[in-house]
Amino acid sequence: MKKSVEELMKIRQETLKKMELRENDAHCRIVVGMGTCGISAGARPCLTAIVDEVNKRGLSNVQIVQTGCVGMCRLEPMFDVIIGDKKYTYVDMTPEKSRQVVVEHIVNNRVIHEYTIGEEEKE
Amino acid sequence: MQYYRAHVLICGGTGCTSGKSLEIKAELEKQLVTYGIENEVKVVMTGCFGLCEAGPIMVVYPEGTFYAHVQVKDVKKIVEEHLFKGRIVKEKLYYEALDEDKVISVNEVEFYAKQKRIALSNCGVIDPENIDEYLAKDGYQALIKVLTDMKPREVIEEIKKSGLRGRGGAGFPTGLKWEFASNYEDDMKYVCCNADEGDPGAFMDRSILEGTPHSVIEAMTIAGYATGSKKGYIYIRAEYPIAVKRLEIAIKQAKDYGLLGNNILDTKFSFDIEIRLGAGAFVCGEETALIESIEGKRGMPRTKPPFPAEKGIWGKPTLINNVETFANIPAIILKGGEWFGSIGTEKSKGTKVFALGGKIKNTGLVEIPMGTTLREVIYGIGGGIPDNKKFKAVQTGGPSGGCLTAEHLDTPIDYDNLVSIGSMMGSGGMIVMDEDTCMVDIARFFLDFTCEESCGKCTPCREGTKRLKEILDKIVAGNGTIEDLDRLENLAGYIKDNALCNLGQTAPNPVISTLKFFRDEYMAHVVDKKCPTSVCKDLLQYTITDKCIGCGSCAKVCPQGCIEPLGKEINSKTKRRQYVIDQNKCIKCGACLEACPPKVKAIIRK
Repeated sequence: MKKSVEELMKIRQETLKKMELRENDAHCRIVVGMGTCGISAGARPCLTAIVDEVNKRGLSNVQIVQTGCVGMCRLEPMFDVIIGDKKYTYVDMTPEKSRQVVVEHIVNNRVIHEYTIGEEEKE
Repeated sequence: MQYYRAHVLICGGTGCTSGKSLEIKAELEKQLVTYGIENEVKVVMTGCFGLCEAGPIMVVYPEGTFYAHVQVKDVKKIVEEHLFKGRIVKEKLYYEALDEDKVISVNEVEFYAKQKRIALSNCGVIDPENIDEYLAKDGYQALIKVLTDMKPREVIEEIKKSGLRGRGGAGFPTGLKWEFASNYEDDMKYVCCNADEGDPGAFMDRSILEGTPHSVIEAMTIAGYATGSKKGYIYIRAEYPIAVKRLEIAIKQAKDYGLLGNNILDTKFSFDIEIRLGAGAFVCGEETALIESIEGKRGMPRTKPPFPAEKGIWGKPTLINNVETFANIPAIILKGGEWFGSIGTEKSKGTKVFALGGKIKNTGLVEIPMGTTLREVIYGIGGGIPDNKKFKAVQTGGPSGGCLTAEHLDTPIDYDNLVSIGSMMGSGGMIVMDEDTCMVDIARFFLDFTCEESCGKCTPCREGTKRLKEILDKIVAGNGTIEDLDRLENLAGYIKDNALCNLGQTAPNPVISTLKFFRDEYMAHVVDKKCPTSVCKDLLQYTITDKCIGCGSCAKVCPQGCIEPLGKEINSKTKRRQYVIDQNKCIKCGACLEACPPKVKAIIRK
């Protein structure tokens, strides 16, 4: 199909979104704890839920990466949401809660404080 | 739009493909399904990453994890540990990607951090078989800009302003070439891309075509607009099957999107590209021989003038540029000639891609700004010479270039500097030699190549290179005389002055430069009948000294069976005798030297 300049620009924008992952500067990073403790506490379904939610909402500029145990195994599954220089750690997650975090924190920019690790993380 | 949390990039260049990167990709896709994460992880096959030494290469984003020497059996572990659990498989990382315990991303690795990539900017970054990814990386933006708000004159002015010079070897200013081609009026004109890369050890053009074929197509279309041509040819050798396949795919995609064909982007401009396969003759990289070959004739150079810009393909004005030259065009149009002109030296602008090979740690492709020193390329990016051997020489420009020595290491690389010290830029092959290399043998190797590849049209090249090689053969065999060195010099000068095309004119360069810088080695061959580096077999002799303990290890491995215990008796009880080599039968393979126990070291090579 022959494309007009506008259509080419549209393809460009869409593909750029898909490729953003290969650039190093993402707007938002979600770091999921995937140590043995995390996995056994159910981090895997949480991760799948996050990916799915990000996918469903067509969010771009979000990096989802995994990390090992951070030492607070009793609070697993847990993950960090890092936007700019602000970092929030969500603990005791479930797939449902994870989806809420994606919607509230990343889309609506409202931190769900009741899920975060504690008072000291509050603004 | 499908969101993937990780992208796995696998190198699909010729080097890594021969290292089974296709099987690695298949295994990866299989393992992703096994772990149920095939919808979370995207697999992309890219063009050459450049660090062929570390191939097959795999890079995982978003982290930018750089895995080297990946094998099919490693894939399961990478999927399970890294992609599924998020633990980087440290033992498969490229050695520089691990700084003590910290993992460094691919872009911070020294090899890449020190380069400046323009022509190679998309190689190892995008999927070359997907036009959308090229579009995302500003692809075809230059074409849109040219067709919507630039006049052909303005395009040529921009190229002239950039100071870009032909990357094929001679370094003719590209803007001028475009201007000449546009000045000749005719009913038909052609744009031609010279992808007949033939230098031994050079693979810049192949990697560009494999990694970002659309760059070349876009640039040729721009050239068509600037010079008033509507037909382009890409002349590429059939020995580059991956590059040919990706070009075919790219041309088809560009046609589908209306970026090639009639009325491109609804303007009056039409342009089409055809691929012509060459059979691999070195001389067809010479532009007029290439034109003959495209016309279906035997690939032999024409007499110049008339230059192709006046009478090229089918006698019509033809613009002919090298792959790398074209690959620089889109960036120049988008960022401006002044930007490009700000990189490099006074007379050589921009960057140059080199294929590093020979005795160097990081074999591969590097793109550096003009004016970088040889030392920086060889010791900085190239990582130096393996096994702590001493640097001896570097050959730039392939069979047409010359050998440079240690004293030239601090010369900034540009067209004029290299010519002034007796070599040339060439297409960008850079072969490093260490102390174990015999320079006479190297000269003979290159002569052997040009001799085979001479098309035979003109006598200086056809006969001259043969005679040069005969003299070198004689020297290497130990039958040379001092007069032979003068004969070499005279003949080399004569060929240089009288051959018809550049192949012949530059063919004696390896001889001239080695004679100039390594005359002592030639002298050793003709006067002492010795090869200082023990490369030339006819000048070697293996002998067994008195240290021999009569163990017989050497005799067991001798393929000629010419080592026998005929020497002095060393043990009267067992009747063991020392061994002796029959010099008449010895083929100088060196097997005995390696077999002799290290504690004994009874065999010497002279």
